[in-house]
Order: sequence, then C-alpha cells, then structure tokens
Amino acid sequence: MSFDYILSQFVNGIKLGSIYAVVAIGYSMVYGILKLINFAHGDLMTVGVYTMLVLMGFSGIPIWLVILVGCGMSIIFGMTMEKLVYRPLRGSGEETTLIASLAVSVFLQNLISMIFSPQKRAFHLPDFLTQTYRLGSITLSVMNILTFISIVIILIALTLMLKKTKIGMAMRACSDNLAASQLMGIKINTVVAAAFVIGSGLAGLTGLMLAGEYKTIEPLMGFVPGLKAFCAAVLGGIGSLNGAVLGGFIIGIAEMLFAGLMPTDITPYRDAFIFLLLIVVLLVKPNGILGSSEGGRS
Amino acid sequence: MRYRDNPAVRFVCFVLIPLLILIICAMNRGHYYSDLICLFGINAILAVSLNLVNGFSGMFSMGHAAFMAVGAYTSALLTISESQKGRMAGLPAWFQTFTLPFPLALLCAGAAAALLALLIGFPVLRLKNHYLSVATLGLIVIVRAFLDNEDQFTNGARGITGLPSYSNIVTVFVTALLLLYIMYRLIRCSSYGRGLIAMRDDDVAAQTLGVRLVTKKISIFCLSAFAAGIGGALWGHLQSVISGQFFYFTDSFEIVEMSIIGGMFSLSGGIVGALVMTFLPEILAPLETGLVIGGVQLPELYGASNLILAVLLILLIIFRRQGILGYSEIIMESIFSKRTYTGLFQARTYRDLAAATRAKLAGIGKGKQTCK
Amino acid sequence: MLQIKELCVKYDNIQVLHGISLELQEGELVALIGANGAGKTTTLSTISGVKRAFSGQIVYDGKDITKAGTDEIVKMGIVQVPEGRQIFSKMTIEENLILGAYTEKDSQRQKQNMQRVMELFPILRERRRQTAGTLSGGEQQMLAIARALMGNPRMLLLDEPSMGLSPLMTEQVFDAVKSLNDQGTTILLVEQNAYDAMEISHRTYIMENGVITREGKSSELMRDPAIKQAYLGGD
Repeated sequence: MSFDYILSQFVNGIKLGSIYAVVAIGYSMVYGILKLINFAHGDLMTVGVYTMLVLMGFSGIPIWLVILVGCGMSIIFGMTMEKLVYRPLRGSGEETTLIASLAVSVFLQNLISMIFSPQKRAFHLPDFLTQTYRLGSITLSVMNILTFISIVIILIALTLMLKKTKIGMAMRACSDNLAASQLMGIKINTVVAAAFVIGSGLAGLTGLMLAGEYKTIEPLMGFVPGLKAFCAAVLGGIGSLNGAVLGGFIIGIAEMLFAGLMPTDITPYRDAFIFLLLIVVLLVKPNGILGSSEGGRS
Repeated sequence: MRYRDNPAVRFVCFVLIPLLILIICAMNRGHYYSDLICLFGINAILAVSLNLVNGFSGMFSMGHAAFMAVGAYTSALLTISESQKGRMAGLPAWFQTFTLPFPLALLCAGAAAALLALLIGFPVLRLKNHYLSVATLGLIVIVRAFLDNEDQFTNGARGITGLPSYSNIVTVFVTALLLLYIMYRLIRCSSYGRGLIAMRDDDVAAQTLGVRLVTKKISIFCLSAFAAGIGGALWGHLQSVISGQFFYFTDSFEIVEMSIIGGMFSLSGGIVGALVMTFLPEILAPLETGLVIGGVQLPELYGASNLILAVLLILLIIFRRQGILGYSEIIMESIFSKRTYTGLFQARTYRDLAAATRAKLAGIGKGKQTCK
Repeated sequence: MLQIKELCVKYDNIQVLHGISLELQEGELVALIGANGAGKTTTLSTISGVKRAFSGQIVYDGKDITKAGTDEIVKMGIVQVPEGRQIFSKMTIEENLILGAYTEKDSQRQKQNMQRVMELFPILRERRRQTAGTLSGGEQQMLAIARALMGNPRMLLLDEPSMGLSPLMTEQVFDAVKSLNDQGTTILLVEQNAYDAMEISHRTYIMENGVITREGKSSELMRDPAIKQAYLGGD
C-alpha cells in the first residue's frame, strides 16, 4: 500500500467529510435550540437535488440559478415542516418530536417517490464542474474545490453571524438557555425559523455536492448521509458549529480510510463502523469532542 | 352501564368476531387474506413487544428490525433443508444435517435475539433519551452489514430462500396469544411491571423504593428482543424468503409507527396499532397501482399509502400524542366478568400506583386489587 | 400600574391559580410570599406572558396584556428575573448584558445602560469577558438582575433572588433590590425568605395553594401573630 494511495484516500475522506460537515451544521443549529433531532433534515437534501434535476432539464437556465432555486425549495420545505409539525409540538418530549421528524422523513421520501418514481436517476453536473485536475496521485474536480471553498466561506460567514449580528446572538442565547431567551424578549419563533432556513439551505447545497459525487440520485438518498451527519454533529459536540465541522471531517476521513485501507472482506462494514464509532463516542464522551470545552457549568 | 362496558358486547367484539375470522381464514390456508391475518398476528407481537421498552421502561428504541432479523435468520438456519444449507460454506459440518422442530427453532430464535439485546444492552442502555434511539438505529445498520457480508452464514445479500412455511393462522396465533398473555401478566399483574412503570415515570423515586434500574432496563430490553426474535422468525416462515433488506429502517419504523398509533403506553395499544398498520395499507394499496375514480384514471402513485400513513401519524402525534388507546387497556378478564377492576391493577402511571398503594395500605377496596 | 383580576391558570388539567387578584402602584415594592408550590412563580410567568392565563385579566397602564407575547411585554417594560438565575452560562458576561437589551434598538442607550449596571454591580465590569458559568451563585444573581435592567424596565418581576445564596450575599442582593426601587423601578418580589422580603417591601401579598389569603402593608403584616407564626419563624 503506497503512501500515494493513502493520501488519495485521505483526500477522498476530506471530500466526503466536507459534505457531512455542512449537513451537520444544519443538524447542530436546530438541535442546539430545540433539542430536536430532525431526521427529515437529510431528506431536505433530496428535495433540493430533485428540484435542481427538474430545472436542469430545461436548457438555458444558468447553473447558479438552478442551485439557488434548489436551495430555495429546501428552505421552503424546511420552514413548512417547522411551522406545521414542529411548532405545534414544541415543549413536548424529545421522543415525541423525534417520532414526528421520522414521520416527516417518511412523508418526504414517499412524496418524492410518488412524483419522480422510486427508481435511481442519473445526475450530471455541467461539464465545467466535473472537469478534473491531477496533483500527483490526487484527483480533484472543480466541484470538489468549489465545495471546499464554499465550506470555508460558510463557516466564516456563520461564525461572524453568530458573534456579531443580533439574530446570531439570539440564536446562541436560545441554544444556551431557551427559557431565559424568551424572557429577554427574543422571539423564539423567529430564531427557530432562522435556524431552519440556514440548515435547510445548506442541506440543499449539500444535496448537490452529494449528487455530484455519486452521479445518481434516488428518493432515499438523503437519509443515511443525514444520519451520518448527525453522528458527525454528536461526535464534534452537538450545538457547536466548529464541532459539527470537525466531526464531519473526522467521520468522512475515517470512513474513506476504513474503506481504502482495511482488508476487502471488512470494507463493506464501513457504515457499521461509523455507527459503532458513534456509540463508542457517546459512551466515552457524551458531549462530543468540543462539546464540553465550550465552557462552563450549565 | 355504558354499552362498551357490557360484557356481552365485549365478548362479541373481542372474542367472537376475531375467533370467527380466524376460523374462516384457517380453513382457507394459503389464501392471500389468511396470510394478511397472519401478518397482523406477527405485527401484534412486534408492536406489543416494542411497547414493553418504549412505553413501559422510559427508553425509546427504534431497532426492532435488528432483533427480528436475528430471530428470522436463526430460525431459518435451524429449519431449512440440507440442500439449502449446502450453499453456505461457512457452516460447520455437523450443522449441515442439523434441524430442529419448529417450536424449538422459534425458542432459539427468541433466545438469539435476547442474547444480542443482552450484549448491546449494557453499553447502549446507559445512553440518554434520543441518543439511545440513534444508537438503536446504528444497531440496525450494523446487523444489516453482517447479514449482507457474512456470506458463509447468511448467504450474503441474496438472503436465504426455501424457509419451510410453518407460519399459518394456527401457529402464529397460538404463539401470539401465548406471548401477549405472558407480557400482559408481567406488566399488569406483577411487582416487576409496577416497578417498571415507577421507573418510567420517576426513576429517582423508583430507585429509592428499591427498584434496580439497570437490571430492569436490561431485562425488559431482552424480553422485548426475545418476542421480536420470535416475531421475526414467524415472519420469515410466512414469507419463506429472507434477506437483509427486509430488516432495515423502513421495517423498523413501521413497528415504531404501530406502537405510536395504537398507543405505546398500553399493551393492547400495540395490537390496535398492528391492526391499523396491517390493514390500512391494504385499503390504500389501489392508489399505488392507479385507481379509477368516477371514470378518471389516476396515475400510479407509488408511495401514496406510506405518504398517507405518515400524514396520519403526524396528525396523531400533534392531536393525540398518546395514541389511540392512550393509557387505557382492553382488559381480558373484564370480557368475561362484570367485576370492575380498581386499585393497583388499574394503575397506569406512577401517580396511580402511589395512590393505589396508599389506598391499599389504608385498607380501602380490599380484594379487588389483584388479578383475579 | 399593574392590575391582575381574577386570574386562573392551569397546567394541563391541573389548576394552580384559582382567581387571584393583585395590584401594583407605580414605584412600589411589593412582596409576594408563600410556601413552595403556592403558585408564586406561575403568577410571575403569567404576567410576563410565558404562561397563558386560563381566565382572568392582566392590565398594565390601562392596557390589557393578558394575551400579549413575552417579547411585546418586555418591550412595554416588564422584565422577569427568573428563579434560579437562568443566565446564559456559555456566553460572556458582556454578551449576557447585551442580550438583556435585546429589545433596545438605540445602541447609544445600550451603552449608557451598560455603564449604569456596571456601576451598580462593579464585579461584573471586572469579569466582563469571562463566561457567565464561571461566576459564583451570588454573582450570577447580580448578573441576572443587571441583565434585566439592561432593557430599561419600568417594572421588575424578581423570582426568589435569594435562593441558594449565603446570608451575606442575600443581604447584598436585597440591598440592591431596595436601591433599585428607590431609583424608581416598580418591583414585584417573590420570595420564600419572607422576613427579608417583608422588611424591604411596602406591601405584601400572602399566597397559599393558588389563592391570595392575606394582603396589606408589610409593616402591619409583620406584626400579625398568625403570620409571624407561619412565615417568620415564631416569636
């Protein structure tokens, strides 16, 4: 096994990890405020990517508009589910909202199957995005590079927003102490809606990245990556932005290294490996890697 | 007396009608509808056993499919013919010709599932709330990976075919009634069950009363897995083909849905949920193949029935969170007698239990509090 | 300034307030005392709009605010300091204070308020870059009150400010409450520490099992033998 091979697996891990990282941010934001594991979050990726597929069927629509509308559709679905399902359930137990999100997930998956049929479909990014460059043993497409750049931008933008803007402060306050935030006159509904908008928009974007990587899409494509992104958020310390990104990269890299370096009769266990990793992390360090260092007693 | 409390009405509803349906179906063995009734029986086992954990122990598991799978594969390996086993290279030589009679295979299936529950129970049950749920989802992924890749034992993703068709109305319902009765006695008529309810509603208080939380959690988890293993085995012998894809998220969620719809805080809730989730999709099935309404041919709406079920589930969660039955129970004994049951026997929550115990200590309502 | 008329509140199906009525004049410091579970916190939460009234009316400056949301009520100048402090423990003290002025649009006034509360509680200025979770219990209580003051409230609803504090710290907190009231803030003080609360307040309401059983001038109630017996520890 050559160093080059390990390196290229590592880079693949970063590619995959960057996708998990962006989804994990959305998970983490919503969880931080509502303590809701939104299983339907992964399906918002699917909603976005199918919208993009439809738009790409029409010639003449520029790709940036396709992406924008796709993400917009994810946002609309995200906000609708928040308003119709999660808002009436606010304050009920964690299990209740968990089941509700599961039901929403099943709803979205079947809605997409109903409209587009459950079959796999080919998904082609425009040529200029799939063009690849070789650096030694590493192959990177324009899409990979753009993905990585967009992650850096997203992370900086979100950090600035959380630190400097009023709504960002309010979001942090809500995830720190929801009851006290309400007493400060913060409109909880606005903050929750903002978290859903950001999370859903990012989910739509990652749907594109995922589809670009796999080249095919199907109605159930979002669920397992969504679950892994949740693992990433937990691993990094749920509720923490940097934690979500760190967890995403760790899971992505671990997965690709496992797939690339283990003997071939073990490699099919990569999904199992990720969940085993999650269970171990939950037992050893329930607050995740950055979760507890973030500060203070609660 | 309200008519629903009338023993005659109860007898007709809960005994006569089901029995008639069962007899009619038993005579049409192998018929589509009798298979559907079998499926209902199996679903009832699964949903009620899930309620043991989710409704009565305060934990929330979503990994029932994993235990089903273990049960189904165990029973399959113990009953299929030599020629079928020949395909699986990894089986030891003595096992190639080894078969067990169906009832013993069922017991082994349950035991294997319970063993898995015991193994993973110790670490996983320490997790809190929804982390536990996610870990049980992880269990499904892990079990699936084993089923698909340990070719020498499971025949890989192709699965095992040719399971003997042991499941029919008689075997399914005898097993189901037996299991349901055991679970019912255990939960409703024993100090074990009362301790469980106390733990669910207030674990600190329960602990101070001497309830051992870890033992309780592990034992109920194993018991639930035992029943799920048997349910899975029955399912395998009904379908006669099993593979990893039948025991995945969708299937696990279906059981969770049954439990929620019927009411997870009630054992009979599981039965009601199974009833709804077995027959409603059948009613909705025509939508998926292109229904004709008023001469208009609707397009094939693939997934429509699951979609409608999901909407129903969401509405139910919002408007009646505790499910159709809530905390109430269809009490078997009351079908046959006019006596009303009160006290400890009727206690549904920790609060009830405490009140009933106080009443018992004060000597009120003596003689009515125990089962029979 | 604030009138509560025949207020009833339920949790699920359990009624906790059975038609209570109370009144605060501008500039008053009123104590609301009673045992655990009497409904004191529920009363405050209902005024601040966190909890919904089942029936009855809350009128503030002649306006019915029974159905108003918490954010509107905060904007009108009623701020609740919750039981057990409830500070934002992962955020810095400065950020906690800024959040207290969440409804204040004018950044100039925000700065002035910050100056004012830091003068009132100098310890907060010293530690303003520290995360709030690292403060001691008494300091956290100071922060909670300071944070409420950032919104320029006309009326403060204080819930058990002495809870979990040492006697010395309790005295400091009560001194601060008194001086705030002297500067013109109307205060409704909920306390289990009946003696100290009655000592500094103008009037007192006594609550038992969701109803108001006694009311009157604090100085007079303190001399009442029955109240002495029940709330002030005998003699």
